[in-house]
Amino acid sequence: MEALWLSMKLAGCVAAILLAIGMPVAYWLAYSTWRGKFLLESIVALPLVLPPTVLGFYALVAMGPRGLLGKFWIALFGHGLAFTFSGLVLASVLYSFPFAVQPLIASFEGVDRKLLDASAVLGAGSLRTFWRIILPLSLPGVVTAAVLSFAHTLGEFGVVLMVGGNLAGVTRTVSIDIYDHVQSLEYGEANRMALVLLAISFAVLSVVYAVNRRVWTPWAAK
Amino acid sequence: MLTAQIRKERRSPGASAFLLDVSIEVPSGITILFGASGAGKSTILDCIAGLTRPDEGQIVTDGDVLFDPAARINIPAQKRKIAYVFQALALFPHLTAEENASYGLRDLPQKEKRERVDRILKVFRVEKLCKQKPGEISGGERQRIALARSLVTDPRLLLLDEPLTGLDADLKAAIVDDLRAWNAAKRIPILYVTHSRDEVDALGERVITLHNGRVVSAGSPLEVLNAPRRKKLAQAAGFENLLAAAVLDLREADGVMRIRLGDSPCEIEVPLGYATPGSRIQVAVRAGDILLATVPPRGLSARNVLEGRILSLEQRGTLVTARVDCGVTFIVHVTPGAVRTLELTPGCPVWLVLKTHSCHLVD
Repeated sequence: MEALWLSMKLAGCVAAILLAIGMPVAYWLAYSTWRGKFLLESIVALPLVLPPTVLGFYALVAMGPRGLLGKFWIALFGHGLAFTFSGLVLASVLYSFPFAVQPLIASFEGVDRKLLDASAVLGAGSLRTFWRIILPLSLPGVVTAAVLSFAHTLGEFGVVLMVGGNLAGVTRTVSIDIYDHVQSLEYGEANRMALVLLAISFAVLSVVYAVNRRVWTPWAAK
Repeated sequence: MLTAQIRKERRSPGASAFLLDVSIEVPSGITILFGASGAGKSTILDCIAGLTRPDEGQIVTDGDVLFDPAARINIPAQKRKIAYVFQALALFPHLTAEENASYGLRDLPQKEKRERVDRILKVFRVEKLCKQKPGEISGGERQRIALARSLVTDPRLLLLDEPLTGLDADLKAAIVDDLRAWNAAKRIPILYVTHSRDEVDALGERVITLHNGRVVSAGSPLEVLNAPRRKKLAQAAGFENLLAAAVLDLREADGVMRIRLGDSPCEIEVPLGYATPGSRIQVAVRAGDILLATVPPRGLSARNVLEGRILSLEQRGTLVTARVDCGVTFIVHVTPGAVRTLELTPGCPVWLVLKTHSCHLVD
């Protein structure tokens, strides 16, 4: 159960961080007219196609005592980043990035441009327009982004193994735990954890689809 | 007073480049920007509002420069204090009517905000809907709320992009009256875009007509629209009958000339224009300006009576469109009552009566 709690904590942290940094990135990607935008779009989508081991490998190198990030972290906190919970959060944020950013981009782009023009003409700057118009009208996208990044982090394995290793209570998440149980032929225990993960994932995805299917936007024009 | 010189080229793939090049003046009161769709009307409004950047030009309102690339001035839309009501209205769907109306009033104390919103909603007679969202109210009410939302900010200029499209005539007139009443006190310049001839008649103090990105004419509605200079404009202005004709002879003393319509034997009298006998001209006549009779009319002041036969009758709403063959085909508007009383049917012989001054010459 310790592993499950750790996984939940990790997923929660990652989802929160991803919402915070995903929104400005998604805003920029949705509204920028810069011609080189596709480059950033590709970078954002990279974790979708890369094997987790590749991502995990580079994250590990960067976090190691000789990596730039690792040195910085040691200077700041006195200990390294690899094989810690913070390191795990950082790597997971990278890994789940597209799962947060892409639904946000889609929902931002779905907001009628005329509404943004109307807001500007009424004297609102971009920040006010974002908070009062874009964000409320993109709520289903925000929920989707939060839930998907939570669920995706909950289910990750490769990156966690590369960056976090397998330290009970620190970096041993549910998926690692299940792997451990299988390795030691404890099928009953593995099955129990696997079922819990299955149930949670199903519940979480149901939320996403319900939000997007049902008229969660009660203000939809008749 | 707004003065705007705007030059903007628009390229879209697969179409030839469109060049907007206009210079307009909008004094206080309602000025209509009139022209067919695609003439560049909305682009002009977007440039004035600051939503689109002109390639070149200068936009000045009441001495404040809003756009002048030479002086590196381009005030952003949110700082221009210009109200703009879009054709699509663009009410915020997740906010109530009241919240929509107070959106532009951000820096005011809560109490004053409330008062101003209440007052403007009353002016446009939608105070009862203040807790409703745009999806829950009718089209006309939405249009009123969009107007209220724009005007509550006390703008120095109002841009209206066909804000009353799709409303029936009574509702339109009522909203226009409210708008006029509001502006009687403020006297700000209002630039009103439309392609509807009726709205020009109902609203306009001044009209600027636009064709293919250029200003064709500017002046009072009577001057500008009753003498359509161009064929496109004539069609846009609602002249259903546009006929080719040849000039027969000029009668300068009477201020008229006789012309022959198309290849038909029909001869009619029209106002004197710059033409010589034999030259080819076009005449525009509104379908509503033609009288229709089932017996040969006598004792009329109108000079042109043409004999013909009804080809077809088509009723749309309360308007019947009759196509009448007099050698050339005329389109005539009559009422359903007239069709009943005169027992009009396709094939029946009729006489058309055209006043000389209902026949407009088109270059």
